[in-house]
Amino acid sequence: MSGSRDFTLRRSNRRNQIKEYAIQAVLMACSFVAIFTTIGIVASLAFEAYRFFGRIPLADFLFGLEWSPQTAMRADQVGASGKFGVLPLLSGTLLISFIAMCVATPLGILSAVYLAEFARSKTRNIIKPMLELLAGIPTVVYGFFAALVVAPIIRGMGSGVGFQISSESALAAGLVMGIMLVPFISSLSDDVLNAVPQALRDASSGMGATETETIIKVVLPAATPGIIGSLLLAISRAIGETMIVVMAAGLAANLTANPFEAVTTMTVQIVTLLTGDQEFDSAKTLAAFAIALFLLVLTLGLNIVALRIVDKYKQKYA
Amino acid sequence: MEKKMTEETSAQTDALAPIMTARGVDVFYGKKQAIKNVSLDIPENQITALIGPSGCGKSTFLRCFNRMNDTIESCRVTGDIQFAGQDIYAPKVDVVALRSRIGMVFQKANPFPKSIFDNVAYGPRIHGLSESKDHLAEIVVTSLRRAGLYDEVSDRLDEPGTSLSGGQQQRLCIARAIAVDPQIILMDEPCSALDPIATAIIENLMESMKEKYTIVIVTHSMQQAARVSQRTAFFHLGELVESGSTEAIFTNPEQERTQNYISGRIG
Amino acid sequence: MPDYLLTTSPQMAKRHARHSRFQWYGRIAIAISISFMLLMFTAIFVRGTGAFQKTMIAVDVDFAETMIDPKGTRVEMDLKQGNYKPLILAGLQEIIPGVTERKERNALYKLVSGGAVFDLGERVAANPGMIGTTQRVWIAASSEVDLYVKGKVDVESEEAVRRLKDQDIDWVKLLQENGRVKRKFNQVFFTKGDSRSPEMAGILSAALGSFFSLLVCFLIAFPLGILTAVYLEEYAKKSRMTNLIEVNINNLAAVPSIVFGLLGLAVFLNFFNLPRSTPLVGGMVLALMTLPTIIIASRSILRSIPQSTRDAAMGLGASKTQTTFHHVVPLAMPGMLTGTILGMARALGETAPLLMIGMVAFIVDVPKGVTDVATSLPVQIFLWADSPEKGFVELTSAAIMVLLIFLIFMNLFAVYLRRRLERRR
Repeated sequence: MSGSRDFTLRRSNRRNQIKEYAIQAVLMACSFVAIFTTIGIVASLAFEAYRFFGRIPLADFLFGLEWSPQTAMRADQVGASGKFGVLPLLSGTLLISFIAMCVATPLGILSAVYLAEFARSKTRNIIKPMLELLAGIPTVVYGFFAALVVAPIIRGMGSGVGFQISSESALAAGLVMGIMLVPFISSLSDDVLNAVPQALRDASSGMGATETETIIKVVLPAATPGIIGSLLLAISRAIGETMIVVMAAGLAANLTANPFEAVTTMTVQIVTLLTGDQEFDSAKTLAAFAIALFLLVLTLGLNIVALRIVDKYKQKYA
Repeated sequence: MEKKMTEETSAQTDALAPIMTARGVDVFYGKKQAIKNVSLDIPENQITALIGPSGCGKSTFLRCFNRMNDTIESCRVTGDIQFAGQDIYAPKVDVVALRSRIGMVFQKANPFPKSIFDNVAYGPRIHGLSESKDHLAEIVVTSLRRAGLYDEVSDRLDEPGTSLSGGQQQRLCIARAIAVDPQIILMDEPCSALDPIATAIIENLMESMKEKYTIVIVTHSMQQAARVSQRTAFFHLGELVESGSTEAIFTNPEQERTQNYISGRIG
Repeated sequence: MPDYLLTTSPQMAKRHARHSRFQWYGRIAIAISISFMLLMFTAIFVRGTGAFQKTMIAVDVDFAETMIDPKGTRVEMDLKQGNYKPLILAGLQEIIPGVTERKERNALYKLVSGGAVFDLGERVAANPGMIGTTQRVWIAASSEVDLYVKGKVDVESEEAVRRLKDQDIDWVKLLQENGRVKRKFNQVFFTKGDSRSPEMAGILSAALGSFFSLLVCFLIAFPLGILTAVYLEEYAKKSRMTNLIEVNINNLAAVPSIVFGLLGLAVFLNFFNLPRSTPLVGGMVLALMTLPTIIIASRSILRSIPQSTRDAAMGLGASKTQTTFHHVVPLAMPGMLTGTILGMARALGETAPLLMIGMVAFIVDVPKGVTDVATSLPVQIFLWADSPEKGFVELTSAAIMVLLIFLIFMNLFAVYLRRRLERRR
C-alpha cells in the first residue's frame, strides 16, 4: 500500500520535473532575446561598417574634416567619391548637445532640488506629473515646435539686433532639446537627492544651517556622483536624439562652434542617407551604418560610465 | 557619599532658574497626537534624561526644543516652550538662530561625507564664527578636545569623518555640535548604536560637558539615565508621567506606572 | 537678555535672503519648463484647431449626362470618372461672371479643391438619379481659400509672395457675399489617407498604421518582456549569464532609437526580407525598443510582491511554476500592464526608427493589415511638417493634437491601473 503510494509520488514528480525544466527553458529563451538584440545591433552595424571601411579608409572617416557624401552620377564627375569625414558631424552633434545641456543642467537640477527639498507634497503632486508629461511628449512634436516657432523667434531676435542667424541654427535645436532633457535630468536627480540620508540633513539643520546651506554644503556634495551620472545619461540621450535635429537643424556639415550657424548631426545624416532614393550597397548607404556604429559606441560608453557611477553611489547609501 | 552628592545636586536644581520650560505642549502627526499636554522644566548646566518605552514620544518631545519637528511636514506643535524667557515658537523667532543656540546629537552618528576637520568646521563656517583660518582651526581643535576625540584623530584631520569607528563618529558629532558654542545640547539616544566601551566614554564626556552646557538626553536605557542624569522625566504613551530628580524617580517614584517601568513590568 | 532668537544681525538676514533666493531659482526653473510646455501646447492648439473645420463652396452644378455618362451605361466606375471639371467651372462662372479667358478660368477653378471632381463622382455614383438635374452642391474649397476664410492669409502682404492673388480674394469675397461659403466639420481629416493637397489629406491611414504597429509591438513585447522579467526575478540564480543579461537590458534601454531602426533595416528587411514599410516590421522594431522598459518595470513589480506569497504557495506543495504563474504573476499583472502601456505610449510617439525601415512613404490607401504598406502618426506629422504648402501646418498641428490625445489616454489608463493596484495592496 505504502509502496504504491510512493510510486505515484515519484512518477508525478518526474513528470512535473520535466515540465518545470521545459518552462524554465522557455523563460530562459525569452531572456536571451535581449542578448540577441544587442548582438544583432552590434553585428549588423559592424558588418555594414566593415564594408564601408573597405571603400573609405578608417582614418579618413575618423579624422576627415569634410563631409559631403554626394556620390556622382558618372564616375568621371568631379568629387565622384564623396567625402566622409565624421568630424563635422561629431562637432555639430556635440555643439547642439552642449547647448542642450547648458539649458537642461541648471533647469533640471534646480527643479529636482526644489521638488525634493522645498516643495510641499501637494505642490510636488502637481508639478511632478506635469514634468512627466513634458517627458512623454514625442520628440517629433518638439522638432515641429523648434522649426516652426523657436527658430523663427531666434532668427527674428537676431535680425532685430542686426545679427545674421541661420534659420536652422544650432541654437534653436539645442534650446528645445534642452527643455526636452529637463524632466529626464530632474527625475533622475530627484531620485538621487532622495537617496541622500535624512540624517545628514538633520545633522546640518540641527546645527542651525538654513535649508539652502544644508542643500548646497551637505546634500548636493553628497549627491554629486549620482547627479553626474544623470547628466551623463542626459548627454547620451542628447547625442542620440534624432527627430528634433532632423526637423530643426541643418543638413550642411559645418565644422563650427558658432551656435548661430547651421550645423548637422550624426543622426540627421543617418536619416538623410537612408531615406529617400537610395541605391543599396553604395558608400553613402554604408556610411550611415558607420556613423551609427560610432554613435552607438559613444552613447553606450557614456551610459556604462554613468550607470557605474550611479551604482557606486547607490551602494554608498544603501 | 554618593547619596550626599545627589542631594546636593537636587537642592541646587531647585535653586536654579530653568533655562528651558515647556508648558502644555501637544504634538500632532497629521491627526495622530504624539505628545499630550506635557510641561517640563530643563535646569541649566545639568543633565536631564527623558526615559520611557519606545514609541512613548520622548524623541518627539526632544525635537520640539530646537524645532527640528518643523522639518516634518505633517507635524504640528502647540503649547508654550520658552528658551531663556523667549517663546521659541513665536512667529518672529529665527529657527536658524535658535538651533545655533540649541545643538543636537542624533541616535545614529551622522558625520557629513567630508573630512574630520570640515565636519567640525561646518557650523562655525555657516555661522561665520571664525575671524581667520587660524581661529577656525583653533575652534576645531578645542571642540575636538572637549569631545575627547582630539588625541585620537590629531594626525588625520583630513581623513573622511566616515572612516572613524562608531563611537568616534558619535564623538565627532558631539564635537561638531560643540563647535557652534550652543547653550543646550539635545542628545537623542546617542549611545544606542554603540558598544559598552564607547558608551562609557561618551557618558564620561557628558559628565564633563555639563559644566559648560545644559544637556537633555533621550535614552531607552534606565541604567544610563541613572548613571548620567541629575533630572529624569518618564514618558508613557505620549504623556509625561512623572519628572523629578533622578534619585527620586529611581528610588521612590510617585506614580505606579513609573514604578512598573523601572521594575521592568512595562516597556 | 538679548534677543538671540530674532533675526537681528545683518549676517543672519543675508543668510535668509540667500535661502529665499535659492528657493526662487527652483521655482523659476520649474516655471520655465512648464511655461515652455504651455507655450508649445498653445502654439500647436492655435494652429491646429482650424484643421478640424474646412471651407465649403456652394456651386450649382448641372449634372449633364453628356459630360458624366455619355454612353448612358450608369456603370459605377464610369460615373466616378465622369468629366466633372467643366461642370464645376460652369457653376462657378455662373456666380462670378466675366471669366472667360483660359488663364482666368484656371485660376477660378483653383478656388475649389482638386479633389472636388472625385467627390462629385462618388455622389453621382451613389445616386445616379442626379444626372440630368441641376443641384446646389457644397464643394470643398482649395487649401488656399480655406486658409483665407480662416483668416490665416496675410492679405496686406505683397501679391507676388501670396498663392492667393488679389483677384482670387475678390472672387472669394463675392462668393461670401452670396452666402456660398461655409465652414463645416472636416470629416476628410479623420476618414482619409495622405494627399498632396492639404484639404484632401487625412490621418486615418497613419493612425491605422500606428495601430497595427502597436498591435505587433504589444504581441511581441508584452509576453517576451514579462516572461524575461519572471525568469530573471523568479527563476534565474545569480550567475555570470544573468548578470550579462541584466547589463544588456540596462544598456539596450539607452541605445538611441534610430539605431533600432538600423537594426530593423539590416536584419528584418535586408536579411530576412520581410516586407518593407509595413507595420509588421515597424512593430517588431518598436517591440525590441520597448522590451527593456517593460522588463525593467515588470521586474520592479515582481520584486515588490512579498516573499510570503511565494512561501505560502510553496508550503502547500505548489511547484515553482505553479507558485509563479498561479500566485505571483496574477498579483503582478496590473503593474506589469502599467509598465507595458507606458512603454507602448513611448513607442507610439517614436519616429526615427520607423524612418529607417521605410515607413515614411506617401500613403493614400488605408492599411488593412500588418503587411500592408503604411506609415504612422508621428511619421505623418514629420512628413507634413516638411511639406511646403501652408495648409499642412494646420494639419500637422491637428495631427499632433490627435497624437497627444492618444498618449494622454494611454497614460491615464496606466495611472488608473496603478491606482487600482495600489488600492488592492
